[in-house]
Amino acid sequence: MTSVSSSSEFQHQHHFKSAEHQYASSKQGIWIFLCTEILMFGGLFVGYLIYHSLYPTVFKNGSETLDWKMGAVNTVVLLISSFTMAAAINYVQRGLHKIAAIMLALTIACAGAFMVIKYFEYSHKFHVGTVPGKFSLVDPSCAAGGKRLECESKISALLKNPAELEKNHVSAEEVSRLKAVISQPRWEMFYGFYFVMTGLHGVHVVAGAFLIFWVFVKTLRRKVGPEYYTPVEGVGLFWHVVDLVWIYLFPLLYLVG
Amino acid sequence: MSSAHTKTEHGHSTDHNYLNHGSGIWSWMTTLDHKRIGLMYFATVSTLFLIGGFFALGIRLHLAKFGAEPLLQPDTYNKFMTFHGAIMVFMVIIPGIPAFLGNFVLPIQLGAKDVAFPRLNLASYYIFIAGAAIAASSMIFNQVDTGWTFYTPYSTAKTSNGVILLVLGAFTMGFSSILTGLNFIVTTHKLRAPGMTMDRIPLMIWALYSTSIIQILATPILAITLLLIGAEKTLGVGIFDPDLGGDPVLFQHFFWFYSHPAVYIMILPAMGVISELITAFSKKTIFGYRAIAYSSVAIAAVSFLVWGHHMFVSGQSTLAGIIFSIITMFVGVPTAIKLFNWISTMYRGTVTFEAPMLFALGFMFLFTIGGLTGVFLASTGMDVHFHDTYFVVAHFHYVMVGGTLMALMGGIFYWFPKMFGRMTSDLGGRISWVLIFTGFNVTFFPQFVLGAMGMPRRYFDYLPEYTNLNQISTVGSWLIGLGFLVGLITIIHGIFKGEKASDNPWGAKTLEWQTSSPPPHENFINTPTVTAGPYDFR
Repeated sequence: MTSVSSSSEFQHQHHFKSAEHQYASSKQGIWIFLCTEILMFGGLFVGYLIYHSLYPTVFKNGSETLDWKMGAVNTVVLLISSFTMAAAINYVQRGLHKIAAIMLALTIACAGAFMVIKYFEYSHKFHVGTVPGKFSLVDPSCAAGGKRLECESKISALLKNPAELEKNHVSAEEVSRLKAVISQPRWEMFYGFYFVMTGLHGVHVVAGAFLIFWVFVKTLRRKVGPEYYTPVEGVGLFWHVVDLVWIYLFPLLYLVG
Repeated sequence: MSSAHTKTEHGHSTDHNYLNHGSGIWSWMTTLDHKRIGLMYFATVSTLFLIGGFFALGIRLHLAKFGAEPLLQPDTYNKFMTFHGAIMVFMVIIPGIPAFLGNFVLPIQLGAKDVAFPRLNLASYYIFIAGAAIAASSMIFNQVDTGWTFYTPYSTAKTSNGVILLVLGAFTMGFSSILTGLNFIVTTHKLRAPGMTMDRIPLMIWALYSTSIIQILATPILAITLLLIGAEKTLGVGIFDPDLGGDPVLFQHFFWFYSHPAVYIMILPAMGVISELITAFSKKTIFGYRAIAYSSVAIAAVSFLVWGHHMFVSGQSTLAGIIFSIITMFVGVPTAIKLFNWISTMYRGTVTFEAPMLFALGFMFLFTIGGLTGVFLASTGMDVHFHDTYFVVAHFHYVMVGGTLMALMGGIFYWFPKMFGRMTSDLGGRISWVLIFTGFNVTFFPQFVLGAMGMPRRYFDYLPEYTNLNQISTVGSWLIGLGFLVGLITIIHGIFKGEKASDNPWGAKTLEWQTSSPPPHENFINTPTVTAGPYDFR
């Protein structure tokens, strides 16, 4: 990392000795925060590991109903966004504000694209009923009193209805996969993990997009530049972690099964 | 720190200090000064403590059974118990010393002008307020009766949706805790005064530093656990719900993986305070500085490996039980190191018994009882007998209340002159100590006996055999309440009517006593240069 010039117009805060000192402190703070983020997702990974070993067939069948092509596209989208983010930091450091702003805008666009694709994935699951716990049932109230296993699920109701299958673009191949899913008890467990993990990740994507917008405005107003680029770099590190978490989520949920 | 080159003007009331640096409520609410933020935590935590104390007295009054009719209905009793626990743990004892005393003291002791991220510090405060407000709103809208541990499947499948509010509040406060810990770590790494090497930082800072590490590493696990409870409640994801194939014991693993280290978030800063008090009131260089410092880090490290001792009867394997039992006992080693070093420091010291020192001695006495009874509970065989009885209740109150609150009170009286530039009435402090210390033992010692006799914890009612001891316990709880009331009056009296304090009324050596009382906005007129250890009494 290039060093920061302290003889700049950017004044460091009063309790730091110099701009370098402030930069090093901020960077340490961001890294520690990112460790806590990784640890938080770590809890979910541990849970996933445990239940995957308890119910291997549930996780295999569930995984096969996910659309790996959409997941793969999203992975590429996020990888591109990490590249544009890194480029933005580089351009800010070199004082090229205009192209830096373009790169940041592209990063936000990628975040948007990711969420749009996620929206299509989610809404299809809502239609066919591959959703967690209580939403998987046609009438959730029938689950009261611990009678879940006797309740009809949305999927089995859907499979009896050819018109609905047609309307929701469910192919014959998908029908057989859905049948495999509901052949196993506790099949909702996989979708519980799927929605919690991707949902928490999605919240991070949205938060990241807002943060990038914040430094985008700073870049346009030239509040950041070669002498002071801590916010851009900090947000960039956060964005890379968001990307990194997805890099683990994608194979775990879509491919391993 | 006799050789700190700090030229300060001595206590004139016209001096410019952090209290008169800006005026009006708005200057406080938007302040970036760590000292003011510390005091804001003080006010907030004290208020919450009063609410938590109200529930405590309610529980004890009910259990005394003085009248023919029970005071509380069973579900009201459960709610009282839940809010007492949740408020005291998440809103009083965890933030108490680090966020209040730590915020005030840590930067000054390091010779820094402020914490590394002052705006983040203020944000942590408001995040804490938001969390407390969300959690407290469950008291109004949808009361919770799960106990502060939110054990599944009761919390996820059976009880009211108020749980969502309470866990969301705790999640938010956890976020505040993480950010405070992060701030302290970076401050300790990056903002030490010239010459302040890591083996010259005061032991309070070693304690806060170790605490911060735990906050960083453990709190995220609590965060995800609480989020999962929320997800269970709203989506029915089934990870903890046996009806859906989930495992409630996984919840216990997750929960205690945070909440056992959290016990040390509560007690390590208290130990830091005690180290300061013992050396200041013994007028002697602390015995075994390095041993005390590193034992804080050791406790932090071991704290992550012992959560399973909360689960001896949860059905985990015997082997796991044995391993957790052994590792749990290791915690006693660094703890004993501290205790023996404090005693060695007092030996042949010039010990005086002002109010802060009395609280320090109270800490050592009560924490030792709490720690030794912890060994009983760490032994798998005995734990089966004592599990979920009043023995456990007495044990963790001795550790957490007898430890943390004693240290908190001692710390308040010790740093009070620095905070407000005035002295508290020493008599008031001593009366408060006598009442709290006596009341504490009267309240909780009988509970050891009750637990050994088999009275289960959390229950609304009990067998007639337990009545007398319960009534003694309740009388003790009034004494504690009275003691804190006297303490509060002493503090308020000190703020408005106390004598003017000198810069260093206790003759202590750490850096905060080398600046004026109260300190200027930036802590020191000139940045101090440190040339010797923190407790250089000759």
